[in-house]
Amino acid sequence: MGKLILFVVVAAIVLWVVAAYNALISLKNQVVNAWKQIDVQLKRRHDLIPNLVNTVKGYMNFERSTLEAVISARNRAVSAQGVAETAKAEGELSQALGRLFALSESYPELKSSSNVLQLQEELTSTENKIGFARQLYNDVATQYNTRQALFPTSLVAGLAKASPAELWEIEDVAERAVPRVDLSLDKPGT
Amino acid sequence: MSEPNLFAQQETNKRKSAWLVAGFLLFFAWIGFGGDLAFYLYTRKLPSERYHHVFPFIGLIACAIAARAARSAWKHGAKRVLDAAGAQELINPATPELKRLDNVVEEMAIAAGLPKPKIWIVPDPDPNAFATGHDPLTAHLAVTEGLLKVLDRDELQAVVAHEMSHIRNYDIRLMTLLAAMVGAVALLSEMLGRFMRGGGGLGGKGRGGGGGKGKGNPAAAIVLVLWIITLILAPIVSRLLTMGVSRKREYLADASGAQLNRNPLALASALEKIAAATAATKCIAKGAGHMCIVDPAERKLADREGFVGNLLASHPPIRLRLARLRGMGYAAAKQTGTAS
Repeated sequence: MGKLILFVVVAAIVLWVVAAYNALISLKNQVVNAWKQIDVQLKRRHDLIPNLVNTVKGYMNFERSTLEAVISARNRAVSAQGVAETAKAEGELSQALGRLFALSESYPELKSSSNVLQLQEELTSTENKIGFARQLYNDVATQYNTRQALFPTSLVAGLAKASPAELWEIEDVAERAVPRVDLSLDKPGT
Repeated sequence: MSEPNLFAQQETNKRKSAWLVAGFLLFFAWIGFGGDLAFYLYTRKLPSERYHHVFPFIGLIACAIAARAARSAWKHGAKRVLDAAGAQELINPATPELKRLDNVVEEMAIAAGLPKPKIWIVPDPDPNAFATGHDPLTAHLAVTEGLLKVLDRDELQAVVAHEMSHIRNYDIRLMTLLAAMVGAVALLSEMLGRFMRGGGGLGGKGRGGGGGKGKGNPAAAIVLVLWIITLILAPIVSRLLTMGVSRKREYLADASGAQLNRNPLALASALEKIAAATAATKCIAKGAGHMCIVDPAERKLADREGFVGNLLASHPPIRLRLARLRGMGYAAAKQTGTAS
């Protein structure tokens, strides 16, 4: 009888360890996957920017320094490594783009070009996708961090080689408002 | 903290889908074998040279038909709904409008952490949208041409977010199965009703002959009465079931959709625009109305509350949905206001 109880207790503990370990690993994979999603969108954004600059260049001869700021911010963002550095570089790129779009308000030919409108839709969508991918990444990473810190799962965290995932922080409140891309004052379609 | 809720919701929907299939099969089995039983009880005491119903072939046929119908609803239910609506798959978005839709759907798929569903366009000027499919991997999202014309980008995004949360919750599986099965039940009871009315004259005569002996046969009468009552009630009950199931899930999809695009007010203004177009969405068949974001029928009941409105509407009153969304929007604004 005593042996039986001991066996049941040991079996229950082993089962629990397996379940907790698997839950942590699956969350860890979700975090990695969510980060890949962000990466895909960032790459897309980096690819779109030279295109945008080339299209806009013809219309905006006088704003050379703004365009150069966008290009150099883009190049820094491309070479950024790790969550914190990427977040910072991408934030700066968003700001540079925001300035470019703000300036473009004063070029009417620019706003009416269908080529530019198409690029605008693409960039709006890419900005949104980055935002939503970041949202998903932060949600999943928070879940993962909470799970591995909570007792008793924290006992298994070492076994699963779990360490807290870095969140994508947005430091600056003004920047949170910037990513609304709008090349024209009046919305197309309305 | 939405994860456990979401998981519970997915499990509920999967379980209810399984129960629905079981209930559907049981219903057909009862219609079939119940008919056999009644027939058997009536013919049991007839003289031996008359026909005796011993082999329950009606039940076996009914079960076979039900199994086929359930299997095809499970496998092809989504395709059937899309075909009935005349939807065209969007493969190469050519116009800026379609490109925008394509982008918005991808954005919301990213927000939900799901693969991008297939996009379909329904050629109808009335704004509406629905999602269907078996699970998030094989989901379809359909919008009408009218929707693309009426809504701006944020509103379109909100509508897509609403549909995306139906997909993520597995609402689509339950709703698609319901659509197929309500149709099958209605068809069956109509067919049998017509058959019985048509065969009534003949059956009456035949039964009149055996009537003398059948008089002392209350068991057969009870079975027959129960059988007919189920047949009459089944289409009504199944329709009410659909509406109840759908109504509850609309509030939930409104709320979790707003969690995806973080903009409850955009969905509120989209719903307002959709509801303002009072014409019916003709392309969407009656049996699929519960799948749409707003009831596609002419919206007489949409604003009515109380018992009748609750019982007969597949969607909650627009006014209440708007109030809840605006409440969420207000709470969000207050939160960010105090944070910054």
